[in-house]
Amino acid sequence: MTQPFPFSAIVGQEAMKQAMVLTAIDPGIGGVLVFGDRGTGKSTAVRALAALLPEIEAIEGCPVNSARAQDVPDWFGAKPTKIVKRPTPVIDLPLGATEDRVVGALDIERALTRGEKAFEPGLLARANRGYLYIDEVNLLEDHIVDLLLDVAQSGENVVEREGLSIRHPARFVLVGSGNPEEGELRPQLLDRFGLSVEVTSPRDVETRVEVMRRRDAYENDHDAFMKTWRAKDSALRKSILAARVVLPGLKTPGAVLHDCASLCIALGSDGLRGELTLLRAARAQAAFEGADTVTRVHLKAVATSALSHRLRRDPLDEAGSGSRVARILTETLP
Amino acid sequence: MTEPLAPWARVECALAVLAVDPAGIKGLWLRARASAVRDRVTAAFPPARRIHPGIDDTALFGGVDLAATLGAGHLVHSQGVLADAAPLILTMAERSPPGLSARLSRWLDDKGPCLIALDEGAEAEETLPSALTDRLGLFLDLGDLGWSDTEALALDPAQIAAAKTLLPSVTLPKDALQSLTSVAFAMGIASLRAPLSALACARALAAWRGEAVASERTLRHAAELTLAHRGDLPDMSEAEPDPEPDTPPPPPDPGEDEANQPQDDADRLPDDVLLEAIRAALPADLLARLAAGRAARSAKGSGTGAVRKGNHRGRPMPPLPGTPGSGKRIDLVATLRAAAPWQPLRRRGVDTSRLEIRKSDLRIKRYQQSSDRVLIFAVDASGSSAFARLAEAKGAVELLLAQAYARRDHVALIAFRGTSAELILPPTRSLVQTKRRLAALPGGGGTPLAAGLRLAFELAQQTRARGMTPTVALLTDGRGNIALDGTPNREMAEADSLRMARALRAAGLPGLVIDIATRPQPALRRMAEMLDAPYLALPRADAHRLTSVLQAAMGG
Repeated sequence: MTQPFPFSAIVGQEAMKQAMVLTAIDPGIGGVLVFGDRGTGKSTAVRALAALLPEIEAIEGCPVNSARAQDVPDWFGAKPTKIVKRPTPVIDLPLGATEDRVVGALDIERALTRGEKAFEPGLLARANRGYLYIDEVNLLEDHIVDLLLDVAQSGENVVEREGLSIRHPARFVLVGSGNPEEGELRPQLLDRFGLSVEVTSPRDVETRVEVMRRRDAYENDHDAFMKTWRAKDSALRKSILAARVVLPGLKTPGAVLHDCASLCIALGSDGLRGELTLLRAARAQAAFEGADTVTRVHLKAVATSALSHRLRRDPLDEAGSGSRVARILTETLP
Repeated sequence: MTEPLAPWARVECALAVLAVDPAGIKGLWLRARASAVRDRVTAAFPPARRIHPGIDDTALFGGVDLAATLGAGHLVHSQGVLADAAPLILTMAERSPPGLSARLSRWLDDKGPCLIALDEGAEAEETLPSALTDRLGLFLDLGDLGWSDTEALALDPAQIAAAKTLLPSVTLPKDALQSLTSVAFAMGIASLRAPLSALACARALAAWRGEAVASERTLRHAAELTLAHRGDLPDMSEAEPDPEPDTPPPPPDPGEDEANQPQDDADRLPDDVLLEAIRAALPADLLARLAAGRAARSAKGSGTGAVRKGNHRGRPMPPLPGTPGSGKRIDLVATLRAAAPWQPLRRRGVDTSRLEIRKSDLRIKRYQQSSDRVLIFAVDASGSSAFARLAEAKGAVELLLAQAYARRDHVALIAFRGTSAELILPPTRSLVQTKRRLAALPGGGGTPLAAGLRLAFELAQQTRARGMTPTVALLTDGRGNIALDGTPNREMAEADSLRMARALRAAGLPGLVIDIATRPQPALRRMAEMLDAPYLALPRADAHRLTSVLQAAMGG
């Protein structure tokens, strides 16, 4: 298989790239939702992200990518202890995937041929400690959405079916993309995404030509192109790793907490998830920039993507909620 | 100036491009009803496997071949069609559900060489999902081609082979990338996949024509093949009047063109030349289609009738004997249970300890699911009632929409005024679209109540065929004065609307009549009785009250 398009070679779409880098630094932020027109590089960015992410250490052969030998689930049978490096899993959840494939099911093969009751893990198991990517998330079947909501919340997949009773960890970063013209997302699912960004096609010819030029080079002059950009990608990977180290030691002054709260109150966002995500994202942003203290600047840099999907929906508001956040942001935090 | 391609020459070019560089161009969207002309085109396709919109995951990705496994006593896998990277033909593509199109898109992005989608949509709205149309590079519409316009197509295998060898070394003129991108941008094509397809198409076409560097004519034709169907053209009034709009362009003659071209095009911007090619290639109804609303064009997975007692989702029902496959899933526990009593018998005489399962033991899963609801608003926008009340009706629809969104209901909007009824908004869950259409709803004219009911009836039947549960909400002042045939005759109008009401009732459609006249109308009450629907007189309805009434009528 050819290598995916390099992440750093994506032209523009800064908000989308920023959001993805932030979740790579702190998976606790809880996922990215990318909404926008077709052909704006949504899928490209996710595939590129998979190649960009640092490798994880996991027990060899473990179906849920456990980090320690004692975490390998009992139902797996074998007890491997060897630790290997493997790429961070980025798992595709295709539309119309059956429940069996998502949560896992009785292993028909073993049941029929050997008469054993064994569990065949699904996509959620494979996505543990990694990313779960749903393209066209707004077209996803309701019953799969319900399953995801529960698992994304608890970080654990519980399977009670066909005589099986099994649970395994399923902590993943949810990445969704879609085109809002084709249908909207339920507020419950929206809320599970930490950050949301809207992407639009570049509006000037120069940018578009640059996109074409890079894509063309990627396809027709693959090796030279990858060589140029691999260096940039690995620099970005290094700064993500560095940010992960800095993150726990970051100082968060009380004034920033105050800013978070007053911004969310002014926007009238439901619940406290808004504040918490905003703060986490601001910390990740500060760590990425190499600062030792979170400031209002970091807060402002992430506020739109952390809050724009949490506002009460106003059916009569033609302008997007993104502009509402921007307006209130300038009013509240000058 | 280079002539645009003649329709049949365009078909030939498209097929050549497809044969030369299937992986680069990704595929062809062929819009045509089944006909002898289409057969001529399909006969020239590269060898490909055919798939249909109802194809299931096992057939696509492969899986366990159950019958063979049982017989052999060890696991037998079947291979899916997506496993080998061979071209695919998707028949009846306009009926492909979003799930399938998402899978095929993923396959195209990944390793699939190309997909040929045979789109037989009858209406402009009936077409394949935009996830696919965006990825397939080429578009052909055979709608206007008669048998006499065509001739047998045979691509010379030697020429294809030569073109394939030449392809890697083909280069484009320096400014080609820039000009193709600007043209696509000028046409308002948002997707960046379009100019990429145009580039790939230009390369393949140049290789096919044996050009080491793609000529301007090739670039023009590539733009025509890949961009013409995608976008809107820039303001026509700005462009110079088309010199000969009605005469069909003669088929291009390569030798002659090459000679004339440079001096003719020297004083023009190449972008303009490309744009002109596209304009000439536009199907006649494209602008009309665009005006009718681009968003409505793409299928939203509604083409297939949703299965209500299906094998996929919903509440489980008792399993049935049957063979898994084609969407049916095995119920393993039930299967084992069915096989268990027979084990001693079956093992007799056979020296085995393994489970003996026969095909007759297989049980499949069934589920029951409640279907999506669709709320059809038939709104009286006539002069008599509506000037005062139309705003209120709009308000109610809008408020209800917010709730329908939360409950995942679909909403459709019909307005009747003047002499006819009009479908303002086909069933949708999109808030954005509904708001836009609603805001633009005009008022005034006569009251063709019967026509409104008829359209509501037709729409309800359509949505029901798609597996949804329709409810009709009629908002009117009841003074129907236009008969079904469009004549202003009050008595006939009355009779017609009562007839339509009977038809609605006979079809068992749940309904609701809301009287928005200033005083309650006895005629409307009679109609509500005829419809077997709740009747509500709302002399001074405010939108909020209307909404709560609607909710109660629909059972919350």
